[in-house]
Amino acid sequence: MSASHLISDSLVLARRQLEHVRQLPEKLLDVTLQPIMFTVLFAFVFGKVIAVDGGNYREYLLGGILVQTIGFGIMGPAVSIANDLRDGVVDRMRTLPMNRAAYLIGHVIAELGATSIAITIISLSGLVIGWGIYSDVPHAIAGYGIVLLFAFAMIWCGTLLGLLVRTPDAAQGIVFMTVFPLTFLATTFVPISGYEGVLHTVAAYNPISALAAAVRTLFGNPTATPLDAPWPLLHPVTVSLLWSIGIILFAVPTTIRLFRARTEN
Amino acid sequence: MTRTANYADVIAGGIGVRAEGIAKSFGDTHALKGVDLEVPVGTVLGLLGHNGAGKTTMLRILTTLTKPSAGKAWVAGHDVLAAPAKVRERIGVAGQAATVDGLLGVRMNLEMVGRLYHFSAAEARKRADELLEKVALADVATKRTDTLSGGMRRRLDLAAALVAQPPVLFLDEPTTGLDPHARNELWTVLREHVRDGATLVLTTQYLEEADRLADQVVVLDHGSVVARGTPTELKRELGGDRLVISFSDSAHVERAQPVMAPFAEGPMGVFAPEKRLEVPIKQGTRLVEVVRALDAAGIEARDIAHRHASLDDVFLSLTAAAKKEAA
Repeated sequence: MSASHLISDSLVLARRQLEHVRQLPEKLLDVTLQPIMFTVLFAFVFGKVIAVDGGNYREYLLGGILVQTIGFGIMGPAVSIANDLRDGVVDRMRTLPMNRAAYLIGHVIAELGATSIAITIISLSGLVIGWGIYSDVPHAIAGYGIVLLFAFAMIWCGTLLGLLVRTPDAAQGIVFMTVFPLTFLATTFVPISGYEGVLHTVAAYNPISALAAAVRTLFGNPTATPLDAPWPLLHPVTVSLLWSIGIILFAVPTTIRLFRARTEN
Repeated sequence: MTRTANYADVIAGGIGVRAEGIAKSFGDTHALKGVDLEVPVGTVLGLLGHNGAGKTTMLRILTTLTKPSAGKAWVAGHDVLAAPAKVRERIGVAGQAATVDGLLGVRMNLEMVGRLYHFSAAEARKRADELLEKVALADVATKRTDTLSGGMRRRLDLAAALVAQPPVLFLDEPTTGLDPHARNELWTVLREHVRDGATLVLTTQYLEEADRLADQVVVLDHGSVVARGTPTELKRELGGDRLVISFSDSAHVERAQPVMAPFAEGPMGVFAPEKRLEVPIKQGTRLVEVVRALDAAGIEARDIAHRHASLDDVFLSLTAAAKKEAA
């Protein structure tokens, strides 16, 4: 089976997933309307209360919203994989003479497509409330690049989760219980100076904080990081890259191994 | 590219499916205990059995989804273990669930399957339209699949399995849950396909389905073959008409057995708690004689129903026969 089949088979299956989104746009709610709701709520409720050194809150907020959305992006792949396994779709595909890797790859391509749509919508809603990119084009591209790399890592985590759970509902519950606290105990919505004691340490070393700071840095938005902040916050781009690559190096082979184990007997 | 409909040419030896000593264990559970099958090209094999008898596991092995713990199998001339990719190019599969995607359009589903068999976009489209015509779904080609009725959906399942004109077709309970009309329509499509020279393996819980379609029936029970033969042979040996007699008093179930013995052909099904007796009756038995005999013995039957042999009856005969042999 040739490599060209791998690409064409993957694209056929990616199209299937994207058609699902077209038929059921509400599948994208958690990564589109929900972040817009957060953006508006936080901008208007906390905008005046939370002080951001060196800029206004709305400019600060968007980096956090983007990263949080990518974090919640675990949900989509987890639910769709769990659904496909439950419904026997994966088995059905396996009786076709298609490339064996195409199912997973097509799935990841489709999820990246859906995430790109979400990122675009959030960026546009940011522009509406007064956010903007104040760096240059290469930095802006690097900013979106770091978001997409993190999205890639989260999609594989979601796929892994989808393989581990028994039902799509369980996947939803687990994501909510983990991603919610993880993305709140960070500098997503509140600058690091707003945390004390243990929470300060948690927020400082939380990868979500590094990612939010990296995105803010690359977009030229305020990071509100004091000069004596812990190391990860002072080197957010490097730390973000290390986290994303680390997660990918763990999640990709583990997912592939588990997928084989779950589908081949 | 042209695809030949002359399937017999392409399968060496004229055997569509062959299995030798196929066994499958999941831990301590032995789903299959050494099953042999041989299905000549252009014929239909019906795999009969209850849930858990091993039918689906057998199909999963033949369609390369599961590896057997022991034994060998060849499908369309290729070894399922050594050349699964070759096998997958030659088979069509319709399972019990999710053969087609509910959220995709009807035609889009078939096109997707065509693309995964590596047809060009134009070929996939053409083949999809041909098949929709064949299974009478052309009118709903652009509808979303989850809006179809159960019968239409099963026809689409079947169409999806036929996309690549596979010389060997595997169908897992293709008509379960369908009304008689929808079932008949599906059978017609299947018969046509077999007439064109395809080999078909189907699992079913319905004796009638096997009767109408299969050239050869294999009955599985707890992972072993308990009977095989043509439907006519099996029915002659195992089935017959049955009387189901309901009583108002469970004591009458016991008392009725010697009364019914002269009419019975084979062991009776005794269901004392349900106050029911099932009797395989000799051909030509008249209902009125049965009623008279019961009445003469002072047994009050609340209801007497007459029905044709079901798979349950076949199993009853088979397991009773197996016990007798063991004794």
